[in-house]
Amino acid sequence: MNDDKKLLEVKDLAVSFNTFSGSVKAVRSISFDLNRGETLAIVGESGSGKSVTIKSLLGILTGNATIESGEIRYNGDDLLKYSESDFYKIRGKKISLIFQDPFSALNPIMKIGKQITEALILSNNMNKEDSKKRALELMEIVGISEPELRYDQYPFQFSGGMRQRIVIAIALASDPEILICDEPTTALDVTIQAKILKQIKKIKNERDLSVIFITHDLGVVANMADRICVMYAGKIVEYGTCDEIFYEPAHPYTWALLSSMPDLETREKLFSISGTPPNMLFPPKGDAFAQRNKYAMAIDFEEEPPFFKLSETHYAATWLLHEYAPKVEMPEILAKRLARMKEEGGTSE
Amino acid sequence: MSEKKVILEIKNLKMSFNKGRNKKKGIVRAIDDVSFNILKGEAFGLVGESGCGKTTTGRTIIRLYDPEDGEIYFDGKKISGEMNKDLRKYLSDHIAMIFQDPIASLNPRMTVAEIIGEGLKLRGIVDQSDRTKLINKMLNKVGLLPEHGTRYPHEFSGGQRQRIGIARALIVNPSFIIADEPVSALDVSIQAQVINLLDVLKDELELTILFIAHDLSVVKYFCDRIGVMYFGKIVEIAPAEELYKNPVHPYTKALLSAIPIPDPRREKNREIQFYDPKMHDYSVEKPMLHEVAQDHFVYASESELKKYKMDRTKER
Repeated sequence: MNDDKKLLEVKDLAVSFNTFSGSVKAVRSISFDLNRGETLAIVGESGSGKSVTIKSLLGILTGNATIESGEIRYNGDDLLKYSESDFYKIRGKKISLIFQDPFSALNPIMKIGKQITEALILSNNMNKEDSKKRALELMEIVGISEPELRYDQYPFQFSGGMRQRIVIAIALASDPEILICDEPTTALDVTIQAKILKQIKKIKNERDLSVIFITHDLGVVANMADRICVMYAGKIVEYGTCDEIFYEPAHPYTWALLSSMPDLETREKLFSISGTPPNMLFPPKGDAFAQRNKYAMAIDFEEEPPFFKLSETHYAATWLLHEYAPKVEMPEILAKRLARMKEEGGTSE
Repeated sequence: MSEKKVILEIKNLKMSFNKGRNKKKGIVRAIDDVSFNILKGEAFGLVGESGCGKTTTGRTIIRLYDPEDGEIYFDGKKISGEMNKDLRKYLSDHIAMIFQDPIASLNPRMTVAEIIGEGLKLRGIVDQSDRTKLINKMLNKVGLLPEHGTRYPHEFSGGQRQRIGIARALIVNPSFIIADEPVSALDVSIQAQVINLLDVLKDELELTILFIAHDLSVVKYFCDRIGVMYFGKIVEIAPAEELYKNPVHPYTKALLSAIPIPDPRREKNREIQFYDPKMHDYSVEKPMLHEVAQDHFVYASESELKKYKMDRTKER
């Protein structure tokens, strides 16, 4: 991996929130990088710190957040050292964000056209006519029919999927290099979701965008991602290419996540992760997943596992991969499913 | 399955809402002439996109809304239209509901024991110790501990709150449960816990469940038969396996093709079909539900039915 491929590099990022009951360790020293033109998916349950991670990339953390350590390298600068006015130059221009909820991301009393051109006029110093032209182009790109007519309408006249397209158009307005999608389709129906994902993929390929995709839906990830980071309790527990994570998962949490989701052929009893994620006011000693992990060993409660290398691109933080650890098998339901997928993959290729 | 007794029968149910405060602004037809049966002991899934009327159907059955037209029979008794006191009691004794949002559906100022015990109180079990016994038993059944009874809803996680919601629904010993998106607000790992719990309880208490959801993989996993709704109409009803293997209606096909599957290779070569309601021409022929295979019904006009049947034999 050479360095010009890397667009964004996050090193040992740790974020905590000061609350009345103490400091909540939302993100605990994570590192990852984003290459040019790839889609990186960050997967995890709610509260695993995925949204906090991307908020720190954009400098939009809430007031009670403190960045404990780490650096975020973008174009040779450390974003964490940026002042608000520096951020103003990249936020929405170089790095754009698509929000989860298309219903609250748009201003209800402002016409759609104005919401798109607002960004253009402010950041690209365009005049009104040029910006309108550009806005209509953008609306076409994201797949809105009759943009001329739609330009003068209000958000309430749009359906959820259409609104999300507008949000994407706004995010694309000033040609960003990085597009961050924070659960862009969670609030939408499956058929609309499929359309939006297709659109994002198409735009990404046309413009050679780098995409960070946050979600908890593994089906969506399988469709979108080139590489995947799995997060749990503020830490990355496993990362690798899409195929590696889905076909050769190594961390017990990834196993649990994959096998707790029924697919269309599942008939067995679902594998459920017992208990709940740890309270991040008091992050547990050792491996955070140990409490809920049926494969946990004594050392999991004592010491945090380092990353073990499985391949050039695939790493997992679990003591199970240590040379002294006993050999364990993944849950049966997952093993069966993987075998089935291999069989099907074998016939189609 | 045909020997099984029909427990809930819905005939030509219609329901609409006014747009705005007066009728001048027009009406939204949320359920448009829906008929289906639910058999005793089965899990019937109702799927469709948001706004298709699946929640309204559930709520109309339990009479949170008064149906505009059509009839609902539960266990042979008519529960639509005027109801006397006895019938009302009968309805609330036998049908219970689990709501979607585990946070909003629990009163934040009542303890868990009060929430669960409220139904008992209303049914005349006044003695505190009797109630506590029943509540504790129910808490155990849904995987909580008796000491949780004295706590308030905010002290629980989403999955636990949904368990409280389930306990509240089950405490009155209903035979029929309407579960309105019981897992869609939960994380995947917690979803599995709640689905497994519902599965166990269903067998143990011999429940019939109407399972309303938009997540098709979950519905497929949980339900015996599935009804697909589109804009207030049921477009296809079939046993779960049959529906996923041989979908007939174009909307069902589109819906099934859009399910994300956790398998990158399959996912990357997937063809997604889209559905355009304009493809149906119902100006001449009136559509209705037709049986295309055993227990498999589709909403179509005569000529469409012929076409669907042709496609079916071709695919075989």
